[in-house]
Amino acid sequence: MTHIAVVDYGMGNLRSVSKALEHVAPNQKVIVTSDPAQIAAADRVVFPGQGAMPDCVRELDARGLRDAVVAAAAEKPFLGICIGLQLLFEHSEEGDAAGLGIFKGKVKRFAPADMHDADGAKLKVPHMGWNQVYQSQSHPLWHGIEDGERFYYVHSYYVAPEDASLDAGFSEYPARFTSCIARGNLFAAQFHPEKSHNAGLKLLSNFVQWDGGN
Amino acid sequence: MSLAKRIIPCLDVTNGRVVKGVNFLELRDAGDPVEIARRYDEQGADELTFLDITASSDNRGLILNIIEQVASQVFIPLTVGGGVRAVEDVRRLLNAGADKVSINTSAVTNPQLVADAASRFGSQCIVVAIDAKQVGDHWEVFTHGGRQATGIDAIEWARKMVALGAGELLVTSMDRDGTKIGFNLPLNRAISDAVDVPIIASGGVGNLTHLVEGVKEGGADAVLAASIFHYGEYTVREAKEYMRDYGIEVRL
Repeated sequence: MTHIAVVDYGMGNLRSVSKALEHVAPNQKVIVTSDPAQIAAADRVVFPGQGAMPDCVRELDARGLRDAVVAAAAEKPFLGICIGLQLLFEHSEEGDAAGLGIFKGKVKRFAPADMHDADGAKLKVPHMGWNQVYQSQSHPLWHGIEDGERFYYVHSYYVAPEDASLDAGFSEYPARFTSCIARGNLFAAQFHPEKSHNAGLKLLSNFVQWDGGN
Repeated sequence: MSLAKRIIPCLDVTNGRVVKGVNFLELRDAGDPVEIARRYDEQGADELTFLDITASSDNRGLILNIIEQVASQVFIPLTVGGGVRAVEDVRRLLNAGADKVSINTSAVTNPQLVADAASRFGSQCIVVAIDAKQVGDHWEVFTHGGRQATGIDAIEWARKMVALGAGELLVTSMDRDGTKIGFNLPLNRAISDAVDVPIIASGGVGNLTHLVEGVKEGGADAVLAASIFHYGEYTVREAKEYMRDYGIEVRL
C-alpha cells in the first residue's frame, strides 16, 4: 500500500486535508505526521499550512522537519497548500520572515487601500471565497479540470516568483497573481483543494495518482 | 473573472436537529443536519454555517459528532458557532472538522478570546458574529441571542474585532432575524465600509431579491439565509441563478 504523508508541524487544522485525501485515495494510507522518517518513507507528501508564516517556519524547525520537507520537495510527488506554497519561497512580508528558499521570490501582502472591483467597490482582505483559476501551463494535476474553474481561497499574502516559468495557474484580485506553481515533482497551490468541492477533489485525485512526471 | 459572492445556508442546531425560529422563539424542526448539509452541498452552497443553539451544556457534544460526520462527506468550508467560550472550544471544533469558528457573546464578555484564538489558529478561521439592533440613531451590539443589550456601538465594535484578529464578520440584524422582510442594508453597508475584512449579511431574508440587495446595497461579501432554503422555497442553485441574472458574480 502506498503512503501519503501530510506534514503536521502544529499549525492549524489538518483534518480537512486528510479527510479529503482519504476520500480520493481509499486504497492508499494517509498519515498525518510530524516524524521526519515517515515523511522520508512516504510515496507522496502533502505540505499544508495555516496561520502566520513566521510561526510556521518556527514550528517546522522546532520539530526538525525542515530537511525532510526540502528533501521530499526535491524527489517525490509533493503538493504544497496555502502557507505550504508560501513557505517554499525565500522571504515573506508577513513578519519579515525567511522561508525555506527552495524557489527565488517573495511573498507579498494584498494592499486593500488600492484594490477595487470593476464597479469600484472596495475589495476585502483576506481574499476569501471562490475565485477562478486560469491554467498557465498544462499539467497532470489539471487533468479533467476546466480552465477558469473556481477554487476556494482564504489568504492575505500571495507569492511572487522570480522565475515566471514556475507559474502553473493564476487568479485575479484585482491584479493577476500566481496561485499555483509547478516544477518537476512539485506542485503547490494557494487555494484549498480540500475545500473546493468537486474541482478540488479532482485535483487531489490527480495528485494521488501522479508519478511526479509530466 | 473575479471573486464570487458567497451564499451560505445556515443550520441552527439544537439537540442534534436543525431548527428554525422567529426571533429565537417558536422553534420548528427542519430535519437532520447531516442530510441537510449534503443537500445544500449538492445544490452548490459555497459554505455552510452551523450555529449550536443547544441551551443545556449536557448536549453540547452532539455538535462535534455532527461536524465530524459532515466534514467527512462535504468538501466545502464549514463554520461552527454557538457556545464558544475558550480557546479550547475553538480547538475542539477545528479538530472535529470545522474550518472556521464563530464567536459571539464571548467576544463581548472576553475580547481577548478573539485575539488569543486568532493568534493561535490564524485570523482566517476566526469569525466574529455581531448581533445588532437599532437603538435611537445608532446600532447597538446585543448578546445572548439578542436578549441582552451591551451599550456597545456596532460599528466601533466591528473595527475593534478586526483589530484583534477577526478574519470575517457575521452581521445579524436582530430587528430583522426571522422576519423575512430583508436584511438591514444600512447596518451592513456601514460595517462593510468600516472594515477591510469580508462581511456576511444575516437576518431577515425572505426572498431572492433580498439576497441581491444584501450584496448590491448592503456591500456584503456573502449572504447567509436559513428558512428560505430549509423549507424548500428555493434551492441554493436557484438563488445563485437569480443573483447572476442581476449581474452578481456567483459560483455555478
